[in-house]
Amino acid sequence: MTADGDHAPVHGRSPSAVRAVTDAGRRTPWPLGVPAAVAVAFLLLPLVGMFVLAPWRDLPRILAETQAVEALRLSLVTASVTTVISVVVGVPLAWVLARSRARAIRLLRALVTLPLVLPPVVGGVALLLAYGRNGIAGRWLYDWTGYQIPFTTAAVVVAQTFVAMPFLVVTVEGALRSADAGLEEAAATLGARPVTTFRRVTLPLVAPSLAAGAVLCWARALGEFGATITFAGNLPGVTQAMPSAVYRAFETDPQAAVALSLVLLTVSVAVLVLLRDRWLRPGAGL
Amino acid sequence: MTARSDDHPAYGAPPAGGALRADVGVVRGGFDLEVRADVRAGEILAVLGPNGAGKSTLLRALAGLLPVSRGRVAVGDQTWDDADRGTFVPAVDRRVGLVFQDYRLFPHLTVLDNVAFSRHVRGGRRPDARAHAREVLGRLGIEELAGRRPGQLSGGQAQRVALARALASDPQLLLLDEPLAALDARTRLEIRTELRAYLATFGGPTLVVTHDPLEAMVLADRILVLEGGRAVQEGVPAAVARRPATEYVARLVGLNLYRGAMTDRSTGRVDLDDGGRLFAAGHDPGEGGHVVPLPATRMLVALAPTAISLYTHSPDAGSARNVWTGTVAGLELLTDRVRVAVDGTPDAIVDITPAALADLELRTGQQVWLTAKATEVTAYPAPG
Repeated sequence: MTADGDHAPVHGRSPSAVRAVTDAGRRTPWPLGVPAAVAVAFLLLPLVGMFVLAPWRDLPRILAETQAVEALRLSLVTASVTTVISVVVGVPLAWVLARSRARAIRLLRALVTLPLVLPPVVGGVALLLAYGRNGIAGRWLYDWTGYQIPFTTAAVVVAQTFVAMPFLVVTVEGALRSADAGLEEAAATLGARPVTTFRRVTLPLVAPSLAAGAVLCWARALGEFGATITFAGNLPGVTQAMPSAVYRAFETDPQAAVALSLVLLTVSVAVLVLLRDRWLRPGAGL
Repeated sequence: MTARSDDHPAYGAPPAGGALRADVGVVRGGFDLEVRADVRAGEILAVLGPNGAGKSTLLRALAGLLPVSRGRVAVGDQTWDDADRGTFVPAVDRRVGLVFQDYRLFPHLTVLDNVAFSRHVRGGRRPDARAHAREVLGRLGIEELAGRRPGQLSGGQAQRVALARALASDPQLLLLDEPLAALDARTRLEIRTELRAYLATFGGPTLVVTHDPLEAMVLADRILVLEGGRAVQEGVPAAVARRPATEYVARLVGLNLYRGAMTDRSTGRVDLDDGGRLFAAGHDPGEGGHVVPLPATRMLVALAPTAISLYTHSPDAGSARNVWTGTVAGLELLTDRVRVAVDGTPDAIVDITPAALADLELRTGQQVWLTAKATEVTAYPAPG
């Protein structure tokens, strides 16, 4: 935090002299300040535009007419399921990446984090080739059970997990890496087996980063569009999550798209604010 | 949630009373350690040595954090390590209390839960583990710290808690890695004497690793000096302090040490390897008092810096049988005296008072005369 209010008189100097000194030390030089201001304006103007031009009066009607509630429900449910899945398999993966000394781990880490930089649409195509009805794994699934993943609600979760889980893995891995391995050694000398040590020592130590990673993952899943629309399609009530609903609405009724966007924005900000105080601290990785 | 694990032996204090018998070799990278350490139950052995001597490697091998390349480690009737038979009991299954140099307290647990940790993870019920932890804290007189987190402890308090946590794990062997190194000088002084009393409450063998000779002398019943992965001396503190076996130990305990051969037993004359000779009246036939076969026995000669007199002019023929000359190589101000390094045959460290320094007006490069009474010179057989 800043040292604001630290203007108590210092020995042998008047308060104003101290203030002048500290202010001079804190003033942002213009070669940095001007571009920073441009960046802030650039980021904020779209949000301002949305608020200014939103069809506030027609908002209830628009939201009632479109499948907003349905899409929002689907979004919240799928993003939450995605986050749970990501925690359950992503945290162990992060542990392996952080603790294994095998050389192949570096390659594995690169592959696992590939979805971070991969265009989501490409991810969607890749998912079809893997888990689609004719995909390398989906074919077997279909032959044996007659079930196919694409264009179901499960496909939405699959697409979101593919794109969002790496955020959690990367965040937690960083925390595990910097967590003190000496404490795990101490736990061992006290008779704790590796799983007990992980649960009672390591996990509590990385809890803030785990929370940050989960929020990142959830937010990314909530906004997932490219992979979802490619792999799961855009069926209202089944696979149409909020981003897809916004996209669909935009083609026919831009006002509705703005209204839906406002809802999504509100949800995102609300979650961030709610979690910020409780879990997220500067340095927790978010 | 209680941690129950099926593959643990029933928790509870195993009878501490077995001696440690360790004879191990550890090869790690370019370093190898070969050491034998036997510690009786209730005995405290200090492993004293410079950085890189292999002290921590020995400690980690005994704790089961590092497998040995050769040899055996046994406590009581249990074998923890046997390289020939491929026996290796990992740290988690050894009853060993290890106090780390940096303590390694769990920052998210209270002091009480830190101390209760071992019994709890070994299958004890949480209330029982906590009650036992409270009792151990009480024994060390730090019950009032029970509710604090490690972040709220001073260095000295953290040190006591770390010891409490190790003792509360019902160890059969207690290991302390530089227990006082992380403390500031004042706290160290305070804890050092206390620690000895705390360690006395433990009935099993204790091994303290340190690079501080004072710590070793105060804490231990016996000292093992480790240099370059080898034991160079072992003995009770007084013997190590009086008759250092290597230059390292001599420097630590503040003695001049010379190697040489005794060429005349009747006069106690020792011809030094690096030139010069000293007469030792206080020559010591060695442990057991057996007659040293002379002449030409390899000897070590110890001489205290305070036992040497320093003159800027050739001294009158006095009672001192050792008189030699040299030049001042350096001056160092210690707390209560001045340490003068003299190049000569032999070289010597001489301690004089600050007043004497003023009287003598010593300068670097100045010629000086040194004298020492033969009764102040101790000669003893060189080990090995």
